Amino acid sequence: MTRTTTVTASTAFERARAEGRAALVGYLPAGYPDVAGGIDALKALVDSGCDVIEIGLPYSDPVMDGPTIQAAAQAALEGGVRTTDVLRTVEAVAATGTPTLVMTYWNPVERYGVPRFAADLASAGGAGLITPDLTPDSAPEWIAAADEHGLDKVFLVAPSSTDERIAMTTAACRGFVYATGIMGVTGTTQTTAAAVAPLVARTRALSPEGSDLPVGVGVGVSTGDQAADLAEHVDGVIVGSAFVRRLLDHADDRPAGLRALGALAEELAAGVRRG
Amino acid sequence: MTTEVHRTTSYDADERGWFGGPEQGWGGRFMPEALVAALDELTEAWHEAMADPAFVAEFDAILRDYGGMPSPLYHAERLSRQVGARILLKREDLNHTGAHKIRNVLGQALLTKRMGKTRVIAETGAGQHGVASATAAAYFGLDCTVYMGAVDTRRQALNVARMHLLGAEVVPVESGSATLKDAINEALRDWVASVDRTAYLFGTAAGPHPFPSMVRDFTRGIGDEARAQVLERYGVLPDAIAACVGGGSNAIGLFTAFLDDEGVAIHGFEPGGEGVDTPRHAATIHAGEKGVLHGARTYVLQDADGQTIESHSISAGLDYPGVGPQHAHLAATGRVTYTPVTDVEAMDAMALLSRTEGIIPAIESAHAVAGAMRVARELAAEKGPDATVLINLSGRGDKDMGTAIEWFGLGRTEAEISDDVTEEPVG
Repeated sequence: MTRTTTVTASTAFERARAEGRAALVGYLPAGYPDVAGGIDALKALVDSGCDVIEIGLPYSDPVMDGPTIQAAAQAALEGGVRTTDVLRTVEAVAATGTPTLVMTYWNPVERYGVPRFAADLASAGGAGLITPDLTPDSAPEWIAAADEHGLDKVFLVAPSSTDERIAMTTAACRGFVYATGIMGVTGTTQTTAAAVAPLVARTRALSPEGSDLPVGVGVGVSTGDQAADLAEHVDGVIVGSAFVRRLLDHADDRPAGLRALGALAEELAAGVRRG
Repeated sequence: MTTEVHRTTSYDADERGWFGGPEQGWGGRFMPEALVAALDELTEAWHEAMADPAFVAEFDAILRDYGGMPSPLYHAERLSRQVGARILLKREDLNHTGAHKIRNVLGQALLTKRMGKTRVIAETGAGQHGVASATAAAYFGLDCTVYMGAVDTRRQALNVARMHLLGAEVVPVESGSATLKDAINEALRDWVASVDRTAYLFGTAAGPHPFPSMVRDFTRGIGDEARAQVLERYGVLPDAIAACVGGGSNAIGLFTAFLDDEGVAIHGFEPGGEGVDTPRHAATIHAGEKGVLHGARTYVLQDADGQTIESHSISAGLDYPGVGPQHAHLAATGRVTYTPVTDVEAMDAMALLSRTEGIIPAIESAHAVAGAMRVARELAAEKGPDATVLINLSGRGDKDMGTAIEWFGLGRTEAEISDDVTEEPVG
């Protein structure tokens, strides 16, 4: 399937770079508080200044996620969200013209069928996948399917990664590389520019020459000041748990939740422009 | 014992943890990048340790002097007469802490010491692996944190108390279904944040490479000992061997020594719960589908979208929706036959072994006894009374007395029992 309209993550990163700032990447799980409510929330992120959208595919055993994202993902699963609902959510959000990736643990993709998932993601207008428990050395089937459909392949690097693995990982990435700012799970600790600087520097130095692969930093970012602090050093600032927190805190008042979400996105969008 | 121990079999994983090679795709390592360096470090340390005679000798000495191994091989004569074949029990229930699990934790904790780490974490379902881990941590002077589903901490207060007494911290896990699989998730989350000084003592032969192969190496003494004991006593190998399979550590521990003995039939008995035609079972190989859970590709109880389905077994130690990837490979190649045993069959076997041999087995092990009785009857019909079946009696049943009291209505007066019978004549 050939796509003509989908914007890839690189486009958004290039645009931000041209404006002399970092890109803001916003994450929310699909299906929370329900499928329609999830789409509304993701569109609020787009309207309030997120340059790239990550849609979480809720999974029963999310080992990289802290309590905040777990709670929303579990509520989504209890509400009956299906993989097809996630693809429907991608379609609705990608229609805004903002590059939209899916962040997913591996088993749901394998269960859906890797080639079929890649084809359906591409035809929904999705830009690609972020795979927290799939490293490039275990991913030949996904890499082949992504290449066939021109999808972004976003793998992770961590402070514990060896130089050899950072080189291998960045060589396999397309779109951007996701640097986990801290050793830990989402939403539990705060990241600082000083703490992530060594990993970011190593990642840039070890990326394939001439690739200009953007480096996004996630895990542990929640305020505009942090975003500003980080934006000086990275190409993308990735925020998830802090957004999810806003929705959880307003579980019984959706309009208030959307307002809180929008306000935080605006604060962060201003932050990446201050950096 | 003079029998040579072969350190490798035709069913081992390749150097990246694939059983049957990457094209079959059992096992492997599906893990966050943040943990890969630690898993590589562990893999290297494990290889070096297994090749170091000093490490192997120290491990053997600890198992012998502290753990009470080798465990005896026991000819269960009264049970043998009932089925018409020779039934041999590998008495892992007599080990320190009452199960085969002490082998695995002592091995992993000794390796932790060798690697210079000072803290261990572990997951536990009913608490057996948690107690074993706390025991090993106390033995080696390591800090210990055990993750346990909140539901299980309430059901297994005695084991929580044992862990506390042994000096471990017990963290109740409220996320997900608040059971074993969620305890594993939480332990992995801890490990991501603490990996520089912490070792994860994985409780079974599952998880990402190198755990399935490393845990097998630490538990394979069960089969190495039993094979030598049987040969020494009877001069021939058993016709069949049997073990229960949850994650599969006691089973792989028994099977490994016999995998290349073509004449030995190998049987794994999975928890059939209330029946594999109901949703309440944990027969992963029988009823699961190929998938990825907790870092390995294996059989998984999952729905159409790849979400893990909650398992059920009367035996907490077998109540897991995945299974070790080497078992998936052994099932796929046909080398091992995996068959479900229901809660009812297991509890019947628990009572039978208690009354005929004076051995109260763990409900896990009772699954192996129940399944092995079926196999033994078939073999007896074919080969007569010399047919020999070796069963891994992986643990003792003291921990299961709460379940047994409820199941059998134990400890009541004759009058109460006869009241019951009057009200519910079907029983």
